[in-house]
Amino acid sequence: MRTTEAAARERIAGALRTEADDIADRWVQLQLARAASGDGVGESALREEADALLGALLAGLEGDLPVDRVFTGHQALRQAVSDLSLRRARNGVTPTVTSLAVMALKEALMEAVQRQTRDGDELFAASVLTNRLLDTAGALSFETYVDGREEIIRRQSRQLLEVSTPVVRLWRQVLAVPLIGTLDTARTQVVMENLLEAIQEHEALVAIIDITGVPTVDTAVAQHLMQTVNAVRLMGSDCVISGIRPPIAQTIAQLGIDLSTILTRATLADALATAIRLTDAAPALTGPGTER
Amino acid sequence: MTGAGESGGTTVLGDAERRAANGEAAARPVTYAVRSEQDLLTVRHAVRAATRRAGFSIVDQTRVVTAASELARNAYVHGGGGALTIDYPTRRDAVGLRLTVTDDGPGIDDVPTALADGYTTGNGLGHGLGGARRLMDEFDIRTEVGGGTTVTATRWAVR
Amino acid sequence: MSSPPATGVPILRLGDVLVTGLLNELDDEAALRFTSELMERIATEGARGVLIDISRLEIIDSFVARTLMELTTTARLLGARVIVAGMRPPVAITLAELGLQLTGVETALNAEQGMAALGWHQSPAPPGEVRHDRRR
Repeated sequence: MRTTEAAARERIAGALRTEADDIADRWVQLQLARAASGDGVGESALREEADALLGALLAGLEGDLPVDRVFTGHQALRQAVSDLSLRRARNGVTPTVTSLAVMALKEALMEAVQRQTRDGDELFAASVLTNRLLDTAGALSFETYVDGREEIIRRQSRQLLEVSTPVVRLWRQVLAVPLIGTLDTARTQVVMENLLEAIQEHEALVAIIDITGVPTVDTAVAQHLMQTVNAVRLMGSDCVISGIRPPIAQTIAQLGIDLSTILTRATLADALATAIRLTDAAPALTGPGTER
Repeated sequence: MTGAGESGGTTVLGDAERRAANGEAAARPVTYAVRSEQDLLTVRHAVRAATRRAGFSIVDQTRVVTAASELARNAYVHGGGGALTIDYPTRRDAVGLRLTVTDDGPGIDDVPTALADGYTTGNGLGHGLGGARRLMDEFDIRTEVGGGTTVTATRWAVR
Repeated sequence: MSSPPATGVPILRLGDVLVTGLLNELDDEAALRFTSELMERIATEGARGVLIDISRLEIIDSFVARTLMELTTTARLLGARVIVAGMRPPVAITLAELGLQLTGVETALNAEQGMAALGWHQSPAPPGEVRHDRRR
């Protein structure tokens, strides 16, 4: 068993040593033929990819890693598979096409081995080994592909979070955050961070949170609003919530959410008028426990 | 500092390979004793340093140090002392910091109540459990009446 | 006027206001000693206001929060109004997430605004005159 495996490994390595160019050509052709719709990676890029991967594969096979860990354990080979998958992920190629691309290498490799030997046993052993090798490569490519897509999604949602929570200065010592969309935990954390830093920077006495653009207020959203208001008050500033539309006010009442400790106004204009009055009154008379 | 408590070396091979591939040194778990008020300060410093090392934002640093302070104080006041272990789990998309706080105290007989209490008031010591849970992403309590308590809490920082 | 500081935390007096600050390195016992020392000073010096600067505090856990709340209540019973000033944004966020609202504790953005709330105003007039106004 061991000897057959070692022989088969050497057989494949031999094919790579002598026919690397042909294998690479064939692999590129197979990929182009299968992704007829055009998958965003050009022929020359495919060829470059193939050369890099086949070179690393040969080095991997000549090394002493066991077959099942050649792809995952060999640094350069792992990198080559990663590059291949990430490039496809970024170009919007589907994961199926991506793993098929890796699988097509099986065919290209086996054809080369066939040209070298006609012995049935040897071909069978080489085929088993090729399958084992490239199945791990397929799994690895799928994993990297998913990583790549997730990274893009994460980056985009972070960017979205940043641009969707601007803090604007409306008046001397009065800031406002117009919220658009829903208020989940991650969003609340970003809002609090941006708002509190701006409060410190501008020595703002009043922060207005405008929820005109928030479609619904449920218990969770209300809790997140309360949390933000509490943080603002702990800093020593006051908080006004504006833009509570009638249907939302009704929902809040029906849910029995208690916002009575929070200053609320129907419109941003009303809130600004209130805020200016507050800043004109005695300074720094705010705090969680202050009754007014 | 002191090697009290066990620190399970549970590094998965895949993780180690990934770390090696990313050029990160595998950080080993470290355990600190929580047996005196001075220890509470020491633990806070250690956790702060660990959060910096994990590359946490200043707000995340504050969350984790505060949670550690609550948990360590719980172990000290209610558990009659114990230990806090810091380690660094990894996930595909995030680096984490995990606090494991153990004590050999009387245990908690009603975990839901222990978690719910002290939400609005700081009425009495040792009600920071629920608060600590809100500050961390993952939270787990293992307790047995008469058998001590182990709290495991992790916060992740998305890369 | 008072016994030597037991905690090493200085408590200064400006007119009828006591000004002090909290540091990170305060352990529980020192925090309690600080509280009793501050209450002693309020009583013996007849202070009407207390400004506690917490801008150096990197965390506030439930113990420190409770200390601040108790201190505020006790001071109020002794006739003094407490203002806690300069909480850092990450500390405020963490406290809010912990669910601690510091009920009853008045806060100010910084020491200056806290002092203003206690009746001290920045004024172009020489300090002596301001002082004169404040004297009872």
